[in-house]
Amino acid sequence: MRTVEKKERKEKKEKKEKRIALADIAKILEKYDALELQDVTIKGDMEIELGGSTGIALPPALIQALQSLLGVEIPTALREKEIGELLPATFGGAKAEWAGKIEEVTIGATSAEGGTRETTVTIGGEKSLPFYNFDVKMLHAPVISLDCFDMPISLAKPVREHYEEVMEDPGEWAKKNVREFGAEMVTIHLISTDPTIKDTPAREAAKTVEDVLQAVKVPIVIGGSGNPDKDPEVLEAAAEAAEGERCLIASANLNMDYERIAKAALKHGHVILSWSQLDINAQKTLNRYLFKLGVPRKDIVIDPTTAALGYGLDYAFTNIERMRIAALKGDKDLAFPISCGITNAWGAREAWMKNSPIKEDSDWGPSANRGPLYEIVTGLTLGLAGGDLFMMMHPQAACTVKKVTQMLFGAEGEEDKAQKLEIADWITWDGEW
Amino acid sequence: MEIWGYLPGTNCGECGEKTCLAFASLLKERKRKLELCTPLFEARYAEKRKRLAELLAPEIREIEIGVGARARKIGGEDVLYRHELTFFNRTALAHDVWDTMEAEALSERVKRITDWRKFYVGDFLTLDAIAIRSISGDAGRFAECVKDVAGKTDLPLVLCSFDAKVLEAGLKEIPDRNPLVYAADKTNWKEVLGLVKSYKVPVTLFSPDLDTLSSLALTFSSAGVTDIVLDPGSYPMGEGLAESFSRFIRIRRAAILEGNKVVAYPLMAVPLTAWMVYGAENAREASYWEAAIANLFIIKYVDIMILHSIEPHSLIAERTLVANIYTDPRRPVSVEPGLREIGTPTEHSPLFLTTNFALTYYTVESDISSNKIDSYLLVVDTEGIGVEAAVAGGQLNVELIKEALESYKVAQKVNHKTLVIPGLAARLSGETEDATGWTVLVGPRDSGRIPDWMNTNWPPKTGS
Repeated sequence: MRTVEKKERKEKKEKKEKRIALADIAKILEKYDALELQDVTIKGDMEIELGGSTGIALPPALIQALQSLLGVEIPTALREKEIGELLPATFGGAKAEWAGKIEEVTIGATSAEGGTRETTVTIGGEKSLPFYNFDVKMLHAPVISLDCFDMPISLAKPVREHYEEVMEDPGEWAKKNVREFGAEMVTIHLISTDPTIKDTPAREAAKTVEDVLQAVKVPIVIGGSGNPDKDPEVLEAAAEAAEGERCLIASANLNMDYERIAKAALKHGHVILSWSQLDINAQKTLNRYLFKLGVPRKDIVIDPTTAALGYGLDYAFTNIERMRIAALKGDKDLAFPISCGITNAWGAREAWMKNSPIKEDSDWGPSANRGPLYEIVTGLTLGLAGGDLFMMMHPQAACTVKKVTQMLFGAEGEEDKAQKLEIADWITWDGEW
Repeated sequence: MEIWGYLPGTNCGECGEKTCLAFASLLKERKRKLELCTPLFEARYAEKRKRLAELLAPEIREIEIGVGARARKIGGEDVLYRHELTFFNRTALAHDVWDTMEAEALSERVKRITDWRKFYVGDFLTLDAIAIRSISGDAGRFAECVKDVAGKTDLPLVLCSFDAKVLEAGLKEIPDRNPLVYAADKTNWKEVLGLVKSYKVPVTLFSPDLDTLSSLALTFSSAGVTDIVLDPGSYPMGEGLAESFSRFIRIRRAAILEGNKVVAYPLMAVPLTAWMVYGAENAREASYWEAAIANLFIIKYVDIMILHSIEPHSLIAERTLVANIYTDPRRPVSVEPGLREIGTPTEHSPLFLTTNFALTYYTVESDISSNKIDSYLLVVDTEGIGVEAAVAGGQLNVELIKEALESYKVAQKVNHKTLVIPGLAARLSGETEDATGWTVLVGPRDSGRIPDWMNTNWPPKTGS
């Protein structure tokens, strides 16, 4: 045991003119509540003993604090003395609380609700960051909607091989998504309506929507072609054809006649997807316009734009994360569930190109392995930023994203051999043999 | 501004800034080093300098592993969300080798990890470290393996065993390589503490129990060992995965938001545990699951991770994600619009159009230049939005193209009046021809295919 006699350092103490009250010491020690103070004895106002019988070392920060407060030097020998036991500590860690809450939005309507869906999905409702169950239990797990198109489109081979035989028939395609791949939702993209593609009339597109609604009983998303001039007309007709089904109408954007789309969604009982391009202010502006048109908050989902891994994913991630944090802090303009077009991942050349166009690259390996992984990583990344609804394409990618997000969400029923895994044994894992 | 108060305040300009205030704000953003303020290193400013250094120290301790050109800094972070500032030291990816490998397989694997590279936005992505696992548990065998690996790579090394004797045998072989030791836990900590003190190397502390982990960290730091990495355990599945996820977040949050200095160290994850569930026989599934877990932990605060798959799909996806998350969000989204010359173009060279979104621009530029296609690249101002999104959003339109052709006087550079637009902008081709009088060719949807496209489409057929 070592004793530091303050008396011996009287001169120094006087020079610094430090007056120490017990309360001051207590206050300092409070900051280090991780440390049990059984080895510190304070005798009156003249003496302080530091150290322990078993050679306990004090944290350098505490030593420093005491030093500056008391004007004493702790002999270095104490600090470097061998430690006999682990110093006790507790982790603590506070919970985060947010003021805001994300809107809960239900897509799909059953017969009791005026539609013909057998299932509905509800997304949103978050009061904390995604999967932060240690703060607040997440209310709804993210949902995956599998894409189908109203005409055969060019797809990377690993995707195409799953859909080849149904590409001519959107109804069959939708059915396959549900039956074979377990889709909770289906998105029908009416891309043939684009005047530069086939210029399919709106009325015909509406018929396709009816076919899909007939073919599957899950909620659906109705997507236009992305042509800002044609989409209002197409989506209006589709909304009418899907009256009462509470579809997600995708989408309204500031660069088009969003008013016409919003009004059609409102009139025929649908949810509207409010789409902006990596721009928080534009998203807020469009949402406010929608409020003005009388669109109820429970009928809005937002799409802040998805970019693929390696092709702007960082922008999309941060844009979504910022929106979600702003919403949780109380910005009601942004407090909506977020939809992400994860299929965009296939735009990355690494997802589909056979070899690297850059001659100095290491070998890229088979493209069939890269594509689905690009979709998975794009999906999980945006899920961690705040995504609630993922529009996806590759069945295995969708399955992996679902599985991971379900686990993080805390869904039960996962056969859990990993629970019994001695993870420290990874060092000696010899499965390679 | 607190930082400003500690600077000399003489506005001497030695640091390259006009005023101390300007320098202070750059210090705050970690865009300048304190050493640039040379007057501060005079004796009379010693106290201020010390305070300032403390003030500027990152919330999370920054440690270095390895030596030389490929040494890597990990940790040193200040924020929980990248938009608040930026993340600084990218997650180091350490791929494994093990001491029971055949010599030939070992050197092949070491070479692949060491040499791997992929071009991305103007530079090559590479891997960061090699983790050597002692499967044998035999000190001699481990030492031999460490020596062998160290001789074949300049990458930082991670020595992995819970047996201090095995670790020491490895350390003895490479005392000057500054390897990261893995790991001390609640049973072996005393021996490992002695070891890392005498070899002066960074050490990983392992415990999925956060009280025990805190206790280990407090003990090591109190003993003067502060080059610490914390591994709170990576369970690959189910509830265990959710709990691992929560531990990384809670530790980092406590360190950054709550000032808990005991755990303010870099974090390690081991996505390799995915392989313990799937087994080597299900390599594709295992590599996907490993990548998925790595994905979660790259985003949520892990500073170094140990991985098994060195298949190209894993490396490309994981390393690209690291590059994305650790890119400084303060860097400009766009490049200057204008007419660029790639190589040494003549009046017969092709003229390509692209947007001023930085990613698009660098991709197209590198595709053309890497394939040695002398050409002009017309970069139009789409407000930093990529081709597909800019066509959809109207930022890339016929008027803009027409204006760009005129204001950059493109017609004076080429003699063919032919413009190649991106395949993703195909829908603009007709209108553009009408509005500009130029012949518009639709290029490939991905600029990586420009070389193929050139073979069949350039020079353009004359006549119509």
